[in-house]
Amino acid sequence: MKRAALLALALAVLVAPAILPWDFYVNIATQVLIAAIFALSLNLLVGYGGLISLGHGAFLGASAYAVIFLTTRAGMAQLPAAACAVVFATFLAALFGPIALRASGLGFLMITLALGQIMWGVAYRWVEVTGGDNGLSGFTRPQPFGLDLSSPHAFYVLALLVFGCSFAFIALLVHSPFGAGLRGVRDQPRRLRALGFDTWLIRYAAFVIAAFWAAVAGVLWAYYNQFVSPHVLSLTNSAEVLLMVIAGGAGTLFGPVAGAVIVVLLKNVASAYVTRWMMLLGIVFVVIVVFMPEGLVPGLARLRRRSTGGVARPRTEGA
Amino acid sequence: MTDGPRLPDGGRVTAGRDAAGTSAVTAALEIEGLSKSFGGLPAVRGVTLQIAPGERRLLLGPNGAGKTTLFNLITGDIHADSGIVRLGGRDISRLRPHRRAHLGLARTYQVITLFSSDTLLHNLTLSLLGVSASRWNPLLPLSRRDDLRERALALLERVGLSQVAERKLSETSYGEQRRLEIAMALAQEPRVLLLDEPFAGLSREERRDMQQELSRIPREVTMVMIEHDLDVALSFADRIAVLHQGQVLVEGTRTEVVADARVQEIYLGA
Repeated sequence: MKRAALLALALAVLVAPAILPWDFYVNIATQVLIAAIFALSLNLLVGYGGLISLGHGAFLGASAYAVIFLTTRAGMAQLPAAACAVVFATFLAALFGPIALRASGLGFLMITLALGQIMWGVAYRWVEVTGGDNGLSGFTRPQPFGLDLSSPHAFYVLALLVFGCSFAFIALLVHSPFGAGLRGVRDQPRRLRALGFDTWLIRYAAFVIAAFWAAVAGVLWAYYNQFVSPHVLSLTNSAEVLLMVIAGGAGTLFGPVAGAVIVVLLKNVASAYVTRWMMLLGIVFVVIVVFMPEGLVPGLARLRRRSTGGVARPRTEGA
Repeated sequence: MTDGPRLPDGGRVTAGRDAAGTSAVTAALEIEGLSKSFGGLPAVRGVTLQIAPGERRLLLGPNGAGKTTLFNLITGDIHADSGIVRLGGRDISRLRPHRRAHLGLARTYQVITLFSSDTLLHNLTLSLLGVSASRWNPLLPLSRRDDLRERALALLERVGLSQVAERKLSETSYGEQRRLEIAMALAQEPRVLLLDEPFAGLSREERRDMQQELSRIPREVTMVMIEHDLDVALSFADRIAVLHQGQVLVEGTRTEVVADARVQEIYLGA
């Protein structure tokens, strides 16, 4: 019963922006969804694969640049441009993967950071293609089947659909045999190898899949902003999404979504009142880490269990 | 696990005790001139061993003799500097660890290396998945794999763990975890099973249980065991190899090895 009520509430929250009249909040909801897709994709690496990346923004950025470049500069139609952008960013991950996965742990973090910075450098310096510091503009949202996505509400619905797909895919994946292998790589890579799993290939596959969904988020990001500049490839962007995953709860399905809500809300709403919203974000992050080191979603679940005095349930997320 | 282990090339397993030296039967596991140094310090020096199909081989040796390193070299966890490892006659020296597992090599670890936040059932399921092509399936929920679940439960039953199947590993006893290790290794239906101190840290009763467990493993599975507890180990072994400073010091039957003066000096007597 409680579960059904919770589900109904979640659905209501998701559907509400599509019908409510306030454009400002609808746009924020859209931003949350895009950030959530991005965070969900990174969570595959960070939460389930134990691979902490500081360069995940590279794939969102590459895809955003590609879709805008292909439509505004190369004159490609919207749909093929979007598809090409996703393929391009995923392919980039397929190239980056073998370099980044030379190491795990701190090594992986540093290599992804470096690769991300290279992407930023390219976007900043390769002015002919990327427009350099000015970025690329003049981009408009597509109008698939005569639907005008320029309205905040219509675009929210699109983002919601894509979010639904990505969430469903990742939920399936983490509960599949592949997902079990991925968590096994995180917990006992050596053991998993001895059991017959190709640990490197599992990590590589996860890296590419994560980049694919980041690229999907990148296309939405480009539609939403209708503009791209090197900022999208900056370290801040990669760090922000990592923050969402860790603050929300790495290795849980809802954690990254909660993280995306917090970061996007703070960024948009709090910044209207406080100029140093980054500082506020930092404080919120510190508070979460101090009181719920496992992240907001698992942390709240733990507190609730304690308050209801119930028997500690086995973590369903692990099954 | 109802069906028996895979046999090399479909060949029949013969009692392997006297086959070790002869070439009549292809050795289940053959090691030739295996060497490994860590930073100039030799850990394993030119070890050559032949283990016949169905044999129970014991590796003895003081700490630092290179026994576990030898296991790691056989499974491919670490790369040998030189030498060859053959499984059922096939050179596996260049294969990566997971490929060796697919060819029928399973092992347990000296220090328990399991998935501690998962249930025993999940641990065993992972072991079954490791040798199944469906381990790559990204979309089918694992919870729907009733076949895997049933096989896993049957294996847990076999080692007497079915009543704790749904318990988290970290909430089970050390002895139970040791038995799970064995079940996980058997789940893979190995040809060759490497046991790294399976009795370490077990109580007297648990030792007896483990001994029974091991004695019930069919002769189709060749076993190599590292063990310090001579009471249990000697009754297990067909043949014994004593390692000392990375080299095979003595190799032979129980009586031969125990009677050997050098063994008494460096190991038993010391």
